[in-house]
Amino acid sequence: MTEHEHYEALVVGAGPGGAAAAATFANYGIETLVLERGVEAGSKNVSGGLIYAEQSAPYTIDDLFPDFREEASERPITRYRIHNIAGERVESFDLSNLHEHDTEWSDSVLRRKMDSWLEDRVHERTRETGGGLLTGVHVTGLYREDGKIVGVETEELDPITADVIVAADGVNSELARDAGLMDWDEPDEWFQGVKAVADVPSDVIADRFDIGADEGAAHLFSGDLFEGVRGGGFLYTNRDTLSLGTVFHLDSLVAERAEPHELLDSLLTHPLLAQWLGDDYTELEYSAKLVPDSKKVALREPHFGRLLLVGDAAGQMQAQGAIIKGMNHAVTAGALAAEAYAQAKSRNEPEKAGTRYSRKLRDEGVMKKLRPRGYELVRGLAEDDGVTEIVDSVLTSAVGRAGIRALSGQLGRVYNVPMLSAMMPDTRTPYVTLPTVIAEELGTRVREESSVTPPSLEARIGDLTYDTDIGSPHITVLDNSYEASGAAVTACPVSAVDFGGGCYREEVVRTNGSEERVVSLDTQPCVECGTCAVVADTEWEHPRGDKGVEFKWG
Amino acid sequence: MHMVVLTKGVPDFREGQVSFDEDGHLERGKTPTVMNPNDRFALEAALQTRVRHGGRVSVMSMGPPGYKEVLQEAMASVYADDLHLVSDREMAAADTWATAITLSAGIETLGEPDVVFAGFKTADGETGHTGPQTNWCLDMPLVTHVISLDIDEDEGVLRAKRLVEGDIEEVETVETSLPAFVVTDPEFVPSYRTAGERLTLKDLRAETQERAEQYEDFLTVRDHADINVDPDYIGLDGSPTIVSSVDPIPKAPAEREATMVNPSDSAAMQDVLEAMQSALGNGGDVAAAGGD
Ligand SMILES: Cc1cc2nc3c(=O)[nH]c(=O)nc-3n(C[C@H](O)[C@H](O)[C@H](O)COP(=O)(O)OP(=O)(O)OC[C@H]3O[C@@H](n4cnc5c(N)ncnc54)[C@H](O)[C@@H]3O)c2cc1C
Ligand code: SF4
Repeated sequence: MTEHEHYEALVVGAGPGGAAAAATFANYGIETLVLERGVEAGSKNVSGGLIYAEQSAPYTIDDLFPDFREEASERPITRYRIHNIAGERVESFDLSNLHEHDTEWSDSVLRRKMDSWLEDRVHERTRETGGGLLTGVHVTGLYREDGKIVGVETEELDPITADVIVAADGVNSELARDAGLMDWDEPDEWFQGVKAVADVPSDVIADRFDIGADEGAAHLFSGDLFEGVRGGGFLYTNRDTLSLGTVFHLDSLVAERAEPHELLDSLLTHPLLAQWLGDDYTELEYSAKLVPDSKKVALREPHFGRLLLVGDAAGQMQAQGAIIKGMNHAVTAGALAAEAYAQAKSRNEPEKAGTRYSRKLRDEGVMKKLRPRGYELVRGLAEDDGVTEIVDSVLTSAVGRAGIRALSGQLGRVYNVPMLSAMMPDTRTPYVTLPTVIAEELGTRVREESSVTPPSLEARIGDLTYDTDIGSPHITVLDNSYEASGAAVTACPVSAVDFGGGCYREEVVRTNGSEERVVSLDTQPCVECGTCAVVADTEWEHPRGDKGVEFKWG
Repeated sequence: MHMVVLTKGVPDFREGQVSFDEDGHLERGKTPTVMNPNDRFALEAALQTRVRHGGRVSVMSMGPPGYKEVLQEAMASVYADDLHLVSDREMAAADTWATAITLSAGIETLGEPDVVFAGFKTADGETGHTGPQTNWCLDMPLVTHVISLDIDEDEGVLRAKRLVEGDIEEVETVETSLPAFVVTDPEFVPSYRTAGERLTLKDLRAETQERAEQYEDFLTVRDHADINVDPDYIGLDGSPTIVSSVDPIPKAPAEREATMVNPSDSAAMQDVLEAMQSALGNGGDVAAAGGD
């Protein structure tokens, strides 16, 4: 057998999950190598993003990186509201109780800043163990000997072996797929998140949101402003920028043939947002990424041989109603995975690291959050199309409306019950119908008018930074018929019907007198969100190390 | 392993940097000096050797005191340990021969390096002589046009892939004992295929950042007496080359006179066609190509 470069622990991906795993390995003195594909950690990453430190979590980001809040995050979120919207009518509830439930603190973050800060610390700490962190290295798959996983293959380096491999490579994990633990087949298992970062000076933020320098606001939006697509919008304050975005169920986005950038624009231009966006909207960055729905994809046994999966790669992304918790679970899982290995090793049974890790996820209550039992129970009934029809027609009927009016005083409280949020069925009802009826029955008309003109898709793409790998596209369309891959023309966040500058385009080819609708693909404007891996018939890989899009904010 | 890299400052010939007077003479005073672009490959070869085998990289240049910044740039890019400038009025106006004598004497003051690296051709002189001539004085085995290299420390040999006659199509592998003199080709590509090598590189980069800021602490300036050479053999006095004449550089094509023609203006296009025909002296092919 050939001698390969060997490290005791290998971590793939330097997002919150990978950083937590690496820091924990280093705390145990374990020689750790971290491989990250971006030019810098964070340059490939997008999140909303509010990072939570849960009281019940065994590890939080500031446990592992003590100066995190002072140096890497933006603002503590001190105000939290949800807005139910029907046309120009809005009924808002305070969501502070849900936000504060089990919360030690919660800060807004921008991923380029946060992850690159983590990168420096992780490199320093793992270097002391004899390893370190390398950027610009794209791990292409697992390396096996005699059918067993022993390491990883990369484009830039010769194969590297390790005693334990942590896959923290995010939602589009090539390692999870290689190990056969995840597929990208079902749109209903994923959300698509789209985001814009807007430039707003901190004194203007203080003024428009009525908050102090060390306070922050979060606003969520649902109702009829998204063409019936299941999902919602968010607005979070950073130090001197705003994060605005949408998160939608991918199956719903596909079913409605909705254009993600237009849904984002519906949010940006809604009159309710005029008070915060003013008349000088300047967008710094447009980005997108898939988000797993832990209720459906969180792996119950996220390991295979020496491979342990953490964070999005293991589907550990919890949508607790409108509150999105992915980063915190990635941190917890990363640390638990490393701890599990260290303990298994000290008992001379390193091969048991995986089972130990999944036991920890259960014992520490992480699994219960990711796959709530309540949801499993209501799912069978509530996600039946017939039932949704009935519930929706009752809700929108005179009876339902009367009920909403009667409940008016308590609705805000109901929204704040964590258990109800956790088991919220994945149907039109909670995302669209209910908020719309609430706004129609109880809401007041917004008086402001929006003067926001969002940039065109072309301008948004033009403002992004790309290092294009000319001649070697990272996505190949396997079946270019419209039936198989046409959904990507609308669902791809940087493509649109009748837009020639995007990734996916619809074309009509005439052969022998017959016409055929096909799609063509140009990966140059790709933001590597992963959507077309699910909604189209493709062979999907990330670009080579440090090639492709580079987010400056994230 | 001790590596010495030879480098030199040249006028920055890039658009927007370089400045010529009306007669097309280079205005040295107005043109910034930068490290000779081809020397980057020599530096990269030295860096690769150092990353793989450890040791020390010295960078040496002969030239005016203004070359210090070139050495600083070299330090930052190759993570050099020490810098050496051989600088003396007596050395001014040296041709490649006198330069070679000076540099070889300079190298000898550094002890006995294992590998000396030089780039292929300077952007101002374009002779490609200095490296090989310096080596002639040092009397080491010489490998030129190197595009990749590998050192076997145990056996004390250097294996290199080189372009035969500088031709990209023809590559040969040669082996020589150490110490050796290597002239890198602009096709040289360093290769770091292990995580360990890349981590070492990262360490060196971090280490050098501070060092490059205080580069003067790592710089030794020597004159002819320090390197023990006779002034008769260096500078203008030591240069057998006589430059008989210098042709002005022709203006770049973009600055030639041009007329804008609208391609949909058929009369104007006819003029273009005629101009091309007369320029070519025979009309057949062009007329056929412009058929419709
Ligand atoms: C619009 C949007 C809003 C969101 N809002 C929130 C929120 O408010 N709060 C919250 O907690 N979560 C939020 N999330 C989810 C959150 O971003 C993720 O759950 C979280 O980032 C997961 O962390 P991770 O470490 O598992 O993966 P990532 O953060 O995705 O990190 C994976 C890393 O691996 C690297 N990588 C990937 N493949 C390879 C490879 N083959 N080789 C080498 N490196 C590789 C990537 O470059 C990346 O650095 C949101 C997501 C989106 C898209
Ligand atoms: S081409 Fe695919 S991965 Fe790239 S942005 Fe579009 S949907 Fe996302």
